Amino acid sequence: MIYEEKLLELAQEDERIIVMTAENRAAIRNLPEKLGDRFIDVGIAEMTMVGAAAGLALRGRVPVVHALAAFLTLRAYEFIRSDVGIGNLPVILVGGVPGFLSDGNGPTHQALEDIALMRGIPNMGVFCPADEDELTEGLPHLIISGKPFYVRYNSSICQVPHTIPFEIGKAEAYPSNAEPDEAEDVTILTYGFLLEQALRVQEILESDGFAVRVINMRTLSPIDEEMIFDAIERSQLVVTLEDHFLTGGLYSIVSELLLRDGMAADILPIALNNRWFKPGLLKDVLQYEGFTAEKIAANIKEGFEDESDELDILSQELYTLN
Amino acid sequence: MELSYNEIQNLETLSLKVREHIIRMSTDGGCFIGASLSCADLIVFLYSKVLHISPDLVIDPNRDYFFLSKGHDVPALYGTLAELGFIDRERLKNHLKTSDSIYWHPNRAVNGIEFHSGSLGHLLSVAIGVAMDIKMRGGKNSVFVILGDGELNEGSIWEGLLVAASKKLDNLIAIVDRNEFQANIRTEDLVPLEPLEPKFEAFGWKTKRINGHDFTQMANVFSSFPFEANAPSIVIADTIRGKGLPSIEARADRWFVNFTHDEVDMLINELHGDVVSNLTSETLMVR
Repeated sequence: MIYEEKLLELAQEDERIIVMTAENRAAIRNLPEKLGDRFIDVGIAEMTMVGAAAGLALRGRVPVVHALAAFLTLRAYEFIRSDVGIGNLPVILVGGVPGFLSDGNGPTHQALEDIALMRGIPNMGVFCPADEDELTEGLPHLIISGKPFYVRYNSSICQVPHTIPFEIGKAEAYPSNAEPDEAEDVTILTYGFLLEQALRVQEILESDGFAVRVINMRTLSPIDEEMIFDAIERSQLVVTLEDHFLTGGLYSIVSELLLRDGMAADILPIALNNRWFKPGLLKDVLQYEGFTAEKIAANIKEGFEDESDELDILSQELYTLN
Repeated sequence: MELSYNEIQNLETLSLKVREHIIRMSTDGGCFIGASLSCADLIVFLYSKVLHISPDLVIDPNRDYFFLSKGHDVPALYGTLAELGFIDRERLKNHLKTSDSIYWHPNRAVNGIEFHSGSLGHLLSVAIGVAMDIKMRGGKNSVFVILGDGELNEGSIWEGLLVAASKKLDNLIAIVDRNEFQANIRTEDLVPLEPLEPKFEAFGWKTKRINGHDFTQMANVFSSFPFEANAPSIVIADTIRGKGLPSIEARADRWFVNFTHDEVDMLINELHGDVVSNLTSETLMVR
């Protein structure tokens, strides 16, 4: 089921749901006629949209708001933090074209700090669906939770069937080809649309003789700590793979957990290190930035073999605007 | 709405009590006394004569909603809520005590306060959301929001003004506490706001201007709300920062002050018409 149909179904069952947008209807273009006054387009006004969503939530509604991830999480940040966050109000914030998905738009549109910002707000959940199946399966759970949630919108087609039902705070594992009691060489922790690349990396590395497990984190707040510690215990190398700045995302979460528990581990972070990415068509961006399965696999092999931790992906030249 | 002599007397008595509470909150840590005094008459009038709200109605979906977007004037609201029985008067003695939740900006732990504020430019949009929901449900209740004039510097206010007009929210009324100051400077000396009426009118709001300390003018203006069908209403209430205390009125250096107990006693006397206080405590200066 596509996102729009799922949202309509939920809204028809639950009159608390209000669909809002800051003139970004790409994912919900058929809903105005179907929802009538429960569809609210405020125009290009992210701050007012989020504040109004808080007001609607005060009246018992569950607003599901839509804007591009960069503008929702940055322009309206203080409204999310101070109205929705402090109020602990059940507002679902859906950010479009996050991470690499903004492809050719350029750095203004690149939401690469959205997870850092959203998980920094007390009470706020963060859901990063790997594809549209996961998005539509997770959405009702967020609404039932009664908590504010940020959704890193991703409607890509599911390539590999999911292994377990969605649950907030529970990651999903794609097992390696190792025997059940044997340790893995590598565990890749990832989320969002890069799961597809991670599963292809698994294929490539396993054909080269490595045992590779892939974990789809699903929600980054709350985070499945058990799965992360399990990965650290079972694997020689843990890779965090994300289309987010190195700071504040999954790599930071894993680092914080390790430090908290006085542990050390070999972690290879694959992320954007203190820079924006080169804009272009998504497939070309992945190629240019080294996020294709082949390049990620090569990187992991190098990381696995190289004790010096000198990582290609982190030493790339900074992309700067001319 | 015609106010009788007795009604005006009662409003003035209530305003004096609220002002006393404000003065008493201006020590042991202090408060934003100037802005609290400028909007005290407006808040007293709205709660006494306009808002469909009482201690029994605080969760009634058909109540009127009141939002204080410029949250730093909350001592005026605390005082009003205490005098009208929403909270115990004794609780005001807990101002700034961590054992209670009565601090420099509003929050929902205080019975009768609809939503927290503090960061300027937020509650117009929250009020818009509430007003939209009331319309959706066919409700007859109204939503009131007090804005500061300095707060009009915030872009989110103007964004919200456009959106509210586009949604034809005639159940929404904003009141600008036009006390002519922001922090330690006159609004017109920093980012001039005037002329305000044509700005609001151009943004689609029906606008009226009154003296924000004159109950008769308030009675006239609020009884004509909504000023026009299908449009939000706005009242520019000309006020005096520090109103009621000549030693504080319209002074840039009486914004946030932490007075001594002796000064508080002097100010209470001054409020009741005695001599002007000799104040030495300095205000918090941000520029």
